[in-house]
Amino acid sequence: MSYSWPVLSLVTFLPTIGALAILLIRGDAQIVARNARATALWTAIATFIVSIFLWTGFDASTADFQFVEKVAWIPSLGINYHLGVDGISVFFVLLSTFLTPLCILASWEAIEHRVKEYMIAFLILETLMIGMFCALDFVLFYIFFEAVLIPMFLIIGIWGGGRRVYAAFKFFLYTLTGSVLMLIAILAIYFETETTDIPALLDAMIDPRMQLWLWLAFFASFAVKVPMWPVHTWLPDAHVEAPTAGSVILAGVLLKMGAYGFLRFSVPMLPYATEYFTPLIYTLSVIAIIYTSLVALAQEDMKKLIAYSSVAHMGFVTIGIFTLTYQGVQGAVVQMISHGFVSGALFLCVGVIYDRIHTREITRYGGLVERMPKYALVFMVFMLASVGLPGTSGFVGEFLILVGAFEANTWVAALATIGIILGAAYMLYLYRRVVFGKLEKEDLKSILDLKPREIAIFAPLVVVTIWMGVWPAPFLEIMDASIANLIEQHKVAMSAFPTAILAGN
Amino acid sequence: MSDTVTMADLYPVLPEVCLALMAMALLMFGVFRGDKSTSSCSWLAVLALLLTGVVMALLPEEADLAFGGQFVVDQFARFMKWLVLIGSALAVIMSINYNAREGIERFEFPVLILFASLGMLLMVSANDLISLYVGLELQSLSLYVIAAFRRDSAKSSEAGLKYFVLGALSSGMLLYGASMIYGFSGTTRFDALSNLFTGPSPDPGVGVVVGLVFLLAGLAFKVSAVPFHMWTPDVYEGAPTPVTAFFAVAPKIAAIALLVRTMIGPFGELFDQWQQIIIFISIASMVIGALAAIWQKNLKRLLAYSSIGHVGYALVGLAAGSEEGIRGIGVYMAIYLAMNIGTFCCVLSMRRQGVLVEGIEDLAGLARNHPMMAAAMAIFMFSMAGIPPLAGFFGKLYVFMAAVNEGLYILAIVGVLTSVVGAFYYLRIIKVMYFDDPEDAFDRLPAREIGLIMMVMGAFTLFFFIYPSPIIDGAGQAASVLFSAG
Repeated sequence: MSYSWPVLSLVTFLPTIGALAILLIRGDAQIVARNARATALWTAIATFIVSIFLWTGFDASTADFQFVEKVAWIPSLGINYHLGVDGISVFFVLLSTFLTPLCILASWEAIEHRVKEYMIAFLILETLMIGMFCALDFVLFYIFFEAVLIPMFLIIGIWGGGRRVYAAFKFFLYTLTGSVLMLIAILAIYFETETTDIPALLDAMIDPRMQLWLWLAFFASFAVKVPMWPVHTWLPDAHVEAPTAGSVILAGVLLKMGAYGFLRFSVPMLPYATEYFTPLIYTLSVIAIIYTSLVALAQEDMKKLIAYSSVAHMGFVTIGIFTLTYQGVQGAVVQMISHGFVSGALFLCVGVIYDRIHTREITRYGGLVERMPKYALVFMVFMLASVGLPGTSGFVGEFLILVGAFEANTWVAALATIGIILGAAYMLYLYRRVVFGKLEKEDLKSILDLKPREIAIFAPLVVVTIWMGVWPAPFLEIMDASIANLIEQHKVAMSAFPTAILAGN
Repeated sequence: MSDTVTMADLYPVLPEVCLALMAMALLMFGVFRGDKSTSSCSWLAVLALLLTGVVMALLPEEADLAFGGQFVVDQFARFMKWLVLIGSALAVIMSINYNAREGIERFEFPVLILFASLGMLLMVSANDLISLYVGLELQSLSLYVIAAFRRDSAKSSEAGLKYFVLGALSSGMLLYGASMIYGFSGTTRFDALSNLFTGPSPDPGVGVVVGLVFLLAGLAFKVSAVPFHMWTPDVYEGAPTPVTAFFAVAPKIAAIALLVRTMIGPFGELFDQWQQIIIFISIASMVIGALAAIWQKNLKRLLAYSSIGHVGYALVGLAAGSEEGIRGIGVYMAIYLAMNIGTFCCVLSMRRQGVLVEGIEDLAGLARNHPMMAAAMAIFMFSMAGIPPLAGFFGKLYVFMAAVNEGLYILAIVGVLTSVVGAFYYLRIIKVMYFDDPEDAFDRLPAREIGLIMMVMGAFTLFFFIYPSPIIDGAGQAASVLFSAG
């Protein structure tokens, strides 16, 4: 179904318009802060409402890109402003528009100074995230992909915790190093195929020997974003120092950019190299799952623990993608969406008690269930979803990934399963230490349960987490055609390759 | 080719002739009116530069020769001349308020900038080793004087002297190289030289190559490329800030243009000989520009190293030696101009209780005290670091694109990695402005025109991506004439 109005551009740039409106707010500091919050929230909600049209208007029967917009942008290089979504990227657009209003709501009281700038940075960040998932031109994609660094750098650096400067620099430079190598690869692909148009590149045949180099360059960029072991070390720092909403977006959306990159570019454009490097991905992912799970067990800081759990969960995602089986890829996409909700919600849970007690140290808590029953319930839902309990979204993703992995490589599946057990261990251990036990600490005795604003943040997250766990069919239907096409394309490309390699020699 | 100069022969040089006449008239005006007229002198100089641009725009677009082929006007010259004229005019405007407040208000300043600009226009259009040298020296002599313009400041005098001594040395090398080339080839004309080297097996002989190396060394000094960059930080720091801003843009653009024309035009066939030199200079400049800047505490010194780095990136385009590479250089220089002028406007606004400060730490908390200025500075810094969607990214994109297309992968990879190192120190400035606690606020913006330039340059840098085609196409046409003629 096609719309006569540019839905994607509207979804992408609506937040920017909101940011410009906030820029114009003048007056007393208090009033500015209040108006900035309100404007940001309404903009984000409006963006989400518009983005629902993408869901309702989506034609699940085809793997083609939909809602396509194409305008010449730099004609001398044939670069277009080309937007569109397929059954995979549409979820990430929705994930971004869904999480942003919640993040703004979560920052309502947590952000006290420079509210105006904060809201502007957040809305710009939303535009860039959405634009990146919609972009159908490689250069356009790269611009969004890297521009995300600017608002995130500022959010961590200005509104972050004690070591915010270190964390912001580490985040920026790590990611930039990976990205610039990808830029060289994009340019090399441009000269190889004469185009930067993504739909055209998906069908292009690139010389297998060149594919290996290009794949490594992409890998440098995406592996840092995912993040994969051993380039994950920026993540715990960034997560711990970022304000709560920053962590939510970081875990919920930005980490998906790397995995999305593998799925959108590495796998379909470089099929030969993808097969060639699959063992590497398996190895790094399995190490990530087991190693970071063990590290998570030993954490004293709640946010750090969840950050390490993110690395482990993203390890499942990369395994799922590189199984190159229908279930594996489907599981990876589901897991990404689920992880977006669940890890975001877990960071929000930490944020709730951090706002009250101002510490993230696990040992400073205990027995919260006595004073905060509602909080304990919400936290439990997300903790169990993170563990992968059946009936939550986490189960569907992990299960499908493991099915795919068994098909592809039994050892990988077996080792990944150990990660699930460890995951249950560190999450339950965290929950026990924070929520159960005796309420002994003096300052906890007067702690208050969830406020209506906080309930409003968690309610939609609980709903989608359980919805995806109990009735995932609507999600799976939309991604079905695109994933089937991806796998099919890969098979076709690989069957064509033996001859291509021979011809090359 | 005739030996007598007719009026028709002068048409292509009309802009330069106009500029020379106006500069001389302005000199007389200043002499008779005295230093009190400096401000009107400066605005008249801006007008003169503008008029030169108008005259240039009115002339027919075809490529044309003058002075018996010593002087060439083509799209490439026009594009670069526009940049030079804009850079010079903005530098003059930036100097007005500064010179008045620092008590160095002298009418010679705008006049000297006009003469320097005249020299640059000649450099850009040089089509002969002799006119090349004449243009270069006219420019350099004016620059030596304005580097030391604050006579009672030891630093400024030192800067001027250092610039003069090293500049003279480099001119000597250049002249020596030119004489060797003449001695071994028998001509100084660019087109004749280029004809000499065409053929199935162009063998230039050792003499010409040695001359070429000397020529390159001299030009590398003028663009402050490593290893001939040593003067840059000292001169940048010592010279009055508007002069530094001027040095950072106009002469550099002119020298890059000259370098490009000399390498692509007469020595285009000797690409294999000079490409390795350019690659080395380019890598060295990028690396030194990125690493040495990390430890700087003075903003102007930091910008000196940053400009060394930027020259390294621009030379990546020349190392590619292709039309795309030269287009990349054109785009890069246009963006470089905007970023640098804007940044120097910020530096000029850093004044506490009437005293200029230049330390990076002095910017602490700028975002609270002067949010607009901090935002502009942040835009310039992110842009210099090459982060999309800001203009600086597109500059890098085009030169690296050319390098990748020519298979210079190592050069491109070194380039992007040094840009990450460079990002570190640009980010440090943003960190100081946005993350640190505020110090005392700066004085209010010294002059409206500085704020205006800062805003225009900031808007250009920020919104370049929306409609980049005019600059890219302009640079593209400029590049194509160099290759179609050769």
